[in-house]
Amino acid sequence: MALTRRNMIVLSSAALAATGLGAMPAFASLAEDEIAKLTGGADVGSGELSLTAPEIAENGNTVPIEVSAPGAVMVALFADGNPTPAVATIKFGKLNPTHVASTRIRLAKTQNVIAVAQMEDGSFQRAQAEVKVTIGGCGG
Amino acid sequence: MISRRDFLQVGMAASAIVGASGFGNWARLAAQQRLTQDQLLEFDTFGNVSLIHVTDIHAQLKPIYFREPSINLGVGDNKGAVPHVTGADFRRLYGIEDGSPSHYALSSGDFAALADMYGRVGGLDRVATVIKAIRADRPDAILLDGGDTWHGSYTCYQTQGQDMVNVMNALAPDAMTFHWEFTLGSDRVAELVESLPFAALGQNIFDAEWDEPTELFPPYKMFERGGTKIAVIGQAFPYMPIANPRWMFPEYSFGIRDENMQEMVDEVRGLGAECVVVLSHNGFDVDKKMATVVSGIDVILSGHTHDALPEPALAGETIIVPSGSNGKFVSRVDLDIRDGRMMGFKHKLIPIFSDVIEPDAEMAALIDEQRAPYEAELSEVIGKTDSLLYRRGNFNGTWDDLICDALLSEREAEIALSPGVRWGPSLVPGQDITREDIWNVTSMTYGEAYRTEMTGEFLKVVLEDVADNIFNPDPYYQQGGDMVRTGGLGYRIDVSKPQGERISNMTLLKTGEPIDPARSYVVAGWASVNEGTEGPQIWDVVESHIRKMGTVTVQPNNSVEVTGV
Repeated sequence: MALTRRNMIVLSSAALAATGLGAMPAFASLAEDEIAKLTGGADVGSGELSLTAPEIAENGNTVPIEVSAPGAVMVALFADGNPTPAVATIKFGKLNPTHVASTRIRLAKTQNVIAVAQMEDGSFQRAQAEVKVTIGGCGG
Repeated sequence: MISRRDFLQVGMAASAIVGASGFGNWARLAAQQRLTQDQLLEFDTFGNVSLIHVTDIHAQLKPIYFREPSINLGVGDNKGAVPHVTGADFRRLYGIEDGSPSHYALSSGDFAALADMYGRVGGLDRVATVIKAIRADRPDAILLDGGDTWHGSYTCYQTQGQDMVNVMNALAPDAMTFHWEFTLGSDRVAELVESLPFAALGQNIFDAEWDEPTELFPPYKMFERGGTKIAVIGQAFPYMPIANPRWMFPEYSFGIRDENMQEMVDEVRGLGAECVVVLSHNGFDVDKKMATVVSGIDVILSGHTHDALPEPALAGETIIVPSGSNGKFVSRVDLDIRDGRMMGFKHKLIPIFSDVIEPDAEMAALIDEQRAPYEAELSEVIGKTDSLLYRRGNFNGTWDDLICDALLSEREAEIALSPGVRWGPSLVPGQDITREDIWNVTSMTYGEAYRTEMTGEFLKVVLEDVADNIFNPDPYYQQGGDMVRTGGLGYRIDVSKPQGERISNMTLLKTGEPIDPARSYVVAGWASVNEGTEGPQIWDVVESHIRKMGTVTVQPNNSVEVTGV
């Protein structure tokens, strides 16, 4: 049986639950593991990469996010509180007039959305934003 | 050379002097029973532009009592900063004499006794008198309504906001922004907005599907007044789909959108605006942060959190003017706009003492006309109160204690939850409770009183979630209400802790036992944001309870222990 990546994640969650670490495994470290894999452990700086996300999600099932990554050839998006942190990988070619992309993602709970960009020179940049997912209620 | 910042500070000092002398005078004059309309309106017209700001009227057409909070905690950088200063501390900060009209209008303490002395506040017929007087000084003054206008009363509910639209149209505002209006449902909002003879603004009101600006709510409007160009940018309540039921206006998306705000400021400056005014329903702390994130805003007219300050707050080079709620105040801000910028300002927060300010006859007639079809229902006496009934405060108010008691008793529940909204006038001891009074503190389009079961664990999640909406140290994560009110449930809250660690010692008051995370409790509440909530309307639940009580006495509530202040 070939284990797919997704199955691996499901298995590892189950394993964590079984060892009594609680119902919510440490997804944050899953995201960091994936980022480390992507960058090959290279230094990740910050620069012109920017990530726009709402401070509080109006609907956790469809949260609009936008990345602007001038000079990037690739941007990978992660949601560090989701069971599967990898969200999307966006590639920019030389003919792209702007290096901006937007999409909507589902967020299981309050968490960080992380963008990691690979620049033309092979270096990496990172930007992140905390998005709060709330049960809502009563405003003034 | 005097920098712009120095100019602002000079302006601020002038404002403070105007404020201080005005306030001091009121105290002495009132003591001599000589507080007059002229003194309340006294203002040496300044500069070349006047702004008039009203906000958060919550459909209060008639004079009411309104007690300001005694507990309004600030966290993070806003700890101890205005408007998070209350009672005697507030009076010391602004040099307000104890027992003075300003004490009564702006702060808490001795409310019932002072209410007896100074009477009711507000009434849009009195507001009309003030606006007319300002327009007599400055005919082209810009009148701006900060929203939460078409919500909060029996007649507003029955007419789906039409009574307020009719009355406000007679005041002839130049622009408006929004919050509770959207709980009329998007179709009704569109119908009313299309009928308005003035601008309906919101740079942060977007189409939810395409995440792009809407046609119905333009971001700004340019005004040519006093020989200059002024841009007014609207900022609706950012968290409408979270704090209020999203299903009632699914076509719209909000958010703070400060990047777009910056783009709009730059755009209007590019179009020649010499002064940029934001008509905001962000809430005070969010406005204060936004003023430091977005550059180029001269004035923020601040609504939502119902704060009233006797002088503007300064954030960077922006002045923030919060103008209270429920028709209790009108702000006048005169600006000196020259050479492409704001060179100075003068400000007065005018309290609407309803016994001092003469009602405008035309407006009074128009208001009575809106109310006439409902007069019998409005005026029916349901009971009487021996206690001061008020709502404002971070954790509880006597009105909410009474509402929670009604839920516990009428819905046979162990625990009651009541939303931490900030609207709702007060009643003084000895007053009759009419149906109108009950609707003033409960009216909304999703008032069904649910009865359900929640586990102890979920109840803690609810309290933690709401607490983080108020006490998150970053204002951009604050939604501007108060803590959910609890009946039958006591708890301890450490406001300095992060989400998940603030709430402890949850206790079922009936037995004194700790709340068991695994047990289910019968919970009654109202104002659920979930679609399809079932139950009787909250005003009927409260009315039935008060009828049985006859005369209401609310016991002191010590069920919430607050730490980390």
